Amino acid sequence: MAGLTGSRRRGGGAGWLAAAPLLVVTLIAFGIPTVVLGVGAFSVKGGGFGFDNLSATMQEPYIGALWSSVKLSAVVAILGAVLGAFLAQAVLTSRSGLLREAVLTASGVLANFGGVPLAFIWIATLGNSGVVTAALGLGSGVLYNFWGLALVYLYFSIPLMVLVIAPALDGLKPQWREAALNNGASTWQFWRHVGIPVLGPALLGGGVLLFGGAFAAYATAAAMVGASVPLVTLQIADALTGNVLIGYENIALALSVDMIVIALLVMAVYLPLQKRSSRWLA
Amino acid sequence: MAGVTWRRLTLGVAAVYFLVPLAIAVWFTVYNESLGFSLGAYGRIVSAPGFGESLLKSLLLGAAVIVLVLLLALPALLAVRLGAPGLRPVLETITTLPLIVPPITYVVGIANALRGGTDALAATPFWQTLISIQDEDFPVVLVLAYVMLALPFAYRSLDTGLRAVDVRTLVEAARNLGASWPYVLFRVILPNLRSAVAGASFLSLALVMGEYTIAALMGYRTFPVWIVTVSGSDGQLSVALSVLSLGLIWLLLLTLSGAGRKSK
Repeated sequence: MAGLTGSRRRGGGAGWLAAAPLLVVTLIAFGIPTVVLGVGAFSVKGGGFGFDNLSATMQEPYIGALWSSVKLSAVVAILGAVLGAFLAQAVLTSRSGLLREAVLTASGVLANFGGVPLAFIWIATLGNSGVVTAALGLGSGVLYNFWGLALVYLYFSIPLMVLVIAPALDGLKPQWREAALNNGASTWQFWRHVGIPVLGPALLGGGVLLFGGAFAAYATAAAMVGASVPLVTLQIADALTGNVLIGYENIALALSVDMIVIALLVMAVYLPLQKRSSRWLA
Repeated sequence: MAGVTWRRLTLGVAAVYFLVPLAIAVWFTVYNESLGFSLGAYGRIVSAPGFGESLLKSLLLGAAVIVLVLLLALPALLAVRLGAPGLRPVLETITTLPLIVPPITYVVGIANALRGGTDALAATPFWQTLISIQDEDFPVVLVLAYVMLALPFAYRSLDTGLRAVDVRTLVEAARNLGASWPYVLFRVILPNLRSAVAGASFLSLALVMGEYTIAALMGYRTFPVWIVTVSGSDGQLSVALSVLSLGLIWLLLLTLSGAGRKSK
C-alpha cells in the first residue's frame, strides 16, 4: 500500500512537470496580456484606479454598439441552432450515406470559413452589384445592414451547429422513439418529452458556441458593413488603430473588458450544460 | 410521407443557401461580360506581388503552431491519465479561456503588453528579446497567440482520441520493456492517435490560414492579411482569392482526414 501511494504521489509530481510547459506558456502568452488589459481598463488619467473608462463605455456611441453586437449574436445563435439542428436531422435520417458524408465534410469546411473571404463571396452574390441583386432587381443595400450581416454569419454558424449536434442526434436511440410510439405517443409527444430534453443541453451548448463566434467576429463585418452597423469589435479596432481621437486607447481596453464579461456570462450557461448532456449521450 | 416532404424541403433550402453563393463566386471569377470566359483572375493571384512570400509565412507559422500545440498539449493530457487527475480541471480552464477572450480583445491586451514591456525594459537585455519576438519575417508573438487560440480545439480533439486508447496499459507495457519516454511518446502513443493528431493539426492550420484580426491589427502580412491588401479595387481578384482560400481549407481537411484514416 505504501508503495502504491508513493508511486502515485511521484506520478503526480511528474505529471505536473509534464504539464509545466503548457502552464508556463499560457501564463506568459495569455496571462500577461489579460492582466495588462484589466489593469489598463481600470486605470484613470493621471494615475490611480477607477471606473472612468468603463462608465464611458456605458454611454453612446459605445453602449449602442455593445447592444447591437449582443442582438446580432443572439439572432445568429438562435436561428443557427434551430436551422442547424433541422438540417442535421434531415441529413442523418436520410438513408443516403453519401449525402451524410458530403454534408459533414462540407460543414467541416464551411464552419472554418470566415473572415474577409466570406464577405467577398457574399458581396459578389448580394452586394450592390451582386449577381442575385441584379437578377432579382433587389436594389442596393440589401446586404449592408443588420439582417444582411446575420445572413452572412449563418453561413458559418449553421455548419458549426451541424457538426456540434450530429453526434447528439446520432445518440438519440431509435429504440426510444419506437418505445414511445408503441406506447401510443405521437411524433410531437416524442420530441416534446424525450427528444428535446435529451438534445436540449447540446442545442443550448451549440447555441452558446454560435453566440461566441458571432460576437467575436470582426473581419467579415469590417469588410462588409464598415461603420453602417455599429458593432463593438469595430469600435475596438477603431480605438486601437487610432481612427478616433487620441487618448481613447483606454476605451479599447474598457470595451474589451465589457466583451469578456458578456462572453463569461454566456459561457457560464454552457459549461454545466455540457456535463449534463454527456451523461445521456455517452 | 410528411417526413419525406419536410426533409426534401430542408435539404432544398439548405442547398440553395449554401451552394448558390459558391456557384456565383466561381462564375464571377471566370466570366466577364467584356472578356467572356477566362481564368485570368486565378493567374493574377500567382503573379500578384507578395503571394508566395505571405503564403510561405503563413505556412511556416502554421507548422510552428502545430508542433508547439502538440508538444504542449500531449504531455499534459498523458499526465492526466497517468497519475495526475488533479490536472484535469486546470487544463479544462486553460483551454476554455480563449473562448471567453475574443481575438479582438486579446490583440488589444497583446499590443498594450508589448508597448508597456518595451518601455519598461528599454534598459535591460530583455528588451532585445521583446524586439526579436516581434520580427516581421517570423513573428513569435503571433505563434504564441495562435497556439493559445488553437489549444481549445486541439485539446478537445486529442482528448477524444485518447479516450479510445488504453494509455496506462500501453505506457506500462512499453516502459517495462525498456522503452524511453520519448520512444513511448513518438512510437507508442502517437501512432495510436493518428486521426486525433490529424484533426488537431487541421484545426490549428485552418485557424492560422484564416486568422485576420490579430495579424492585421498588429501589422503582420500573413496570407489572410495579404488577401485583403491585394484585393483593393479588383473585384474579380478578391473573389478568386476567396474561392482559393475556401479550396485551401477543403484540401487541408481532405488531406488530414485521409492521413488519419490510413492508420486503420
